Amino acid sequence: MLHATELLGGEAYDSAGNFVGRVTELFLEPADQPNRVARVLLGRGRYLPLVARHDHIGFVAPGVIKLNVEEKALDYYGPNESWLAVGKDLLDQQIIDTSGRKVVRVNDIDLEEQRTDGTVELRVTQVDVGLTGAARRLLQGLASPGLIRRLQHKLPTRVIRWEFVNLIEPDPLRRVKLRITNQQLARMHPADLADIMEELSTAERQGIIASLDEETAAEALAELDKRFTKEIVETMTPEKAADIIEEMDPDQAADVLADLAPETSQEVLEEMPGNEARDVRALLQFEGDTAGGMMNTEFVYVGETARRDEVVNWIRSRDVNLESLDSVFLVNGEARFAGVVAVGRLLLADPEQQMVELKSDPLVSVRPDANEKEVFDLFDKYNLRSLSVLDENSRPIGSIAVDDVITRMHQER
Amino acid sequence: MNRTSITERTEAWRERVSGWGKRTRMTRRRLLLFLAVIGPGVITSNVDNDAGGISVYSQAGAQFGYMLLWSIIPMTIALYVTEEMCARMGVITGKGLSDLIREEFGFRPTFFLILAGLVVDMGNVAAEFAGVAASSQIFHVSKYISVPIAAIVVWVLVLRGTYRQVEKVFLVACVFYAAYVFSAFLAHPNWLQAAKYTVIPSMHLNAGYLLMLTALVGTTIAPWQFFYMQAAFVEKRVGKKQYPQARADVMIGSISCMVVVFFIIVCTGATLYVHGHRNIVDAGEAAQALVPLAGRWAGLLFAFGLLNASLFAASILPLSTAHVICEGMGFEAGIDHKFQEAPIFYGLYTGMIVVGAAVILIPNAPLEKILILSQVANGIWLPIVLVFMLLLANRRDLMGEFVNSHTFNVVAWVTTVAMIALTLILVYTAIFPVPMPAILSSP
Repeated sequence: MLHATELLGGEAYDSAGNFVGRVTELFLEPADQPNRVARVLLGRGRYLPLVARHDHIGFVAPGVIKLNVEEKALDYYGPNESWLAVGKDLLDQQIIDTSGRKVVRVNDIDLEEQRTDGTVELRVTQVDVGLTGAARRLLQGLASPGLIRRLQHKLPTRVIRWEFVNLIEPDPLRRVKLRITNQQLARMHPADLADIMEELSTAERQGIIASLDEETAAEALAELDKRFTKEIVETMTPEKAADIIEEMDPDQAADVLADLAPETSQEVLEEMPGNEARDVRALLQFEGDTAGGMMNTEFVYVGETARRDEVVNWIRSRDVNLESLDSVFLVNGEARFAGVVAVGRLLLADPEQQMVELKSDPLVSVRPDANEKEVFDLFDKYNLRSLSVLDENSRPIGSIAVDDVITRMHQER
Repeated sequence: MNRTSITERTEAWRERVSGWGKRTRMTRRRLLLFLAVIGPGVITSNVDNDAGGISVYSQAGAQFGYMLLWSIIPMTIALYVTEEMCARMGVITGKGLSDLIREEFGFRPTFFLILAGLVVDMGNVAAEFAGVAASSQIFHVSKYISVPIAAIVVWVLVLRGTYRQVEKVFLVACVFYAAYVFSAFLAHPNWLQAAKYTVIPSMHLNAGYLLMLTALVGTTIAPWQFFYMQAAFVEKRVGKKQYPQARADVMIGSISCMVVVFFIIVCTGATLYVHGHRNIVDAGEAAQALVPLAGRWAGLLFAFGLLNASLFAASILPLSTAHVICEGMGFEAGIDHKFQEAPIFYGLYTGMIVVGAAVILIPNAPLEKILILSQVANGIWLPIVLVFMLLLANRRDLMGEFVNSHTFNVVAWVTTVAMIALTLILVYTAIFPVPMPAILSSP
């Protein structure tokens, strides 16, 4: 195994054994092969630097590269945006470790040699983020290679396999050229993704959000610290912001929009489809720390005389978020609140049973102007999963879920 | 029944209660806009008036009366210019100073810069505990009691609190600097004369005077404060849009810091200098000397200010240093992590407090030597940090339109060069003491 630190600054000789220059950079060409060192930049002091292709390399050892062609076969160097520079783009930069789900800084790059007839290909296998890499960077050129190697064996290793390395590139054009897809990020839990984004700088955060699909972006934004959400949404075009925000639950969307400047949130709302915009506007009227501000207007409610089977079929036919569905609200003939049925009860009930027989005791509800404290107390006292919010005619206008309560209690601490 | 009917009803409901929520929400937002950002600048500048700083200001007043007051205005400008660069870098790039140095200049320079930082800050932490020891002696509390208590308080405060709580405690500590304002009034200075000396420079070409001037500048601009402030702006998630508020925060900070300096110099100048008590060693001695001259309260307030400043800086310095080291080297850092997740961070933090406090508890510890050495170390480290900062703040690829302006660069480079020259003098005289009424070698 070789390390980028050992190669950078090393000497390069051509097939005739003449000194060509010093290795100043290693380039990958991700569009071609994701991990192969495709080009080696050879600096020659005041002369123009040369570039050796991967099939020009005949032998590699720490500090030395021998080419299998003569110097005149090499090209002059011209910058290329689609090349990933190991020294400039990777070493010392932050990357996302998608298997460990955190942001880490690269100390060194580990390379593997692959010999094919007459050429040696270098492939990036892993990045070193631990003390071994740090020791090499510090001592390279100062201490003897043998000493560095011996020291390394005594240090704990922390490496990340190249497949799990997600580069952070704020520039969208460059991201396309380097084939950074962020697919692995989209597969992460939104809460983990949000934690990662909080560690990054503004431009990097925006880059990641821009590269995610709208649904994932919405989930991650909803989990993000409020100040970041605000900062990210404010830099987007209202159309893009609307596309993402309409993927959120209305209460989350209202929370995001409530923090924006009134003009900005108005612009975003205008770009959103009528139904969603109306729901969110309705929620925006409530003070953030009241039951009205906490509630979600998307909830499932049915007539109390409905049969279990009808209800299940109805839910099936609707676009209901099943992950968070834990109760079904009941209303009577006058559309007044009549009770709550836990989904667990629904699961085991007889198909012909009426909803009213399944409802839980006691009948707990709250008015939209109730403050946070009252809501918390109700949840605590009755061990609720969700709580319905009623207007003055006892008609349900929203529901508060237990996860929103936990989030808020956590913020208050 | 469907969702539309519900939303219609909500709409109707909304009309009836038209906007009580909205109005409060808007006024509160405006008010919070500035208050949300204020903090890093004010805190950093005030921490700057730490135990070492207060000692130098007291000496300046005791030895030269009001004669050095004129330096306050140029120092305020220098402090603002250098701090503003860091604030801007933090706000625009969203990265700490050590992160930026690592990403742009590589591993090795970062490593040595950080190593130097650790040594320098270690000295500073010891100096803060020396300040605690000196001030507690005036309240007739033995340093063997006060220093361990202070160390524990500092350790618990930072480890048990979140960033926002800790910041609130720090902002309150800033308010306690008002003790020096009261103490100055109790000293009954000649305000007219003080004002005159503040605006009209009085240069004296004798070694003692120049040395004092150097010490004054050297202690006002400390290198670690740049790392701390930039990190604080990043940690506070202050964004580009809040940059004007951030700048205002830095300006308020640098001005309030220098106002405190003014009152300390006036206080000692009106008493110790006038009564010929001119060779004091540290702020503790200044406080003691104040008692017979300006009354018990002036002395106690002075000592209280010193205690507050020492505790304040002792909480921030180890935290900031541990952050800088861990971020630059890529270890987990931050008080939001558990001990197991960030052992190096907590180890460094705890270690610095323990060592800093332990050094002071050694019987007959040379307290003033520690103070002087820590300032000399600051002086050597400062120019290096300033040059890195200037190089970074001029990088268009990092800063975009927020790159240093031409005029700003001129002011900043002049400040840097002046700082380098002054600190070289300071370092030179600390190593080869001038055979004058030298204030930095023990009298």
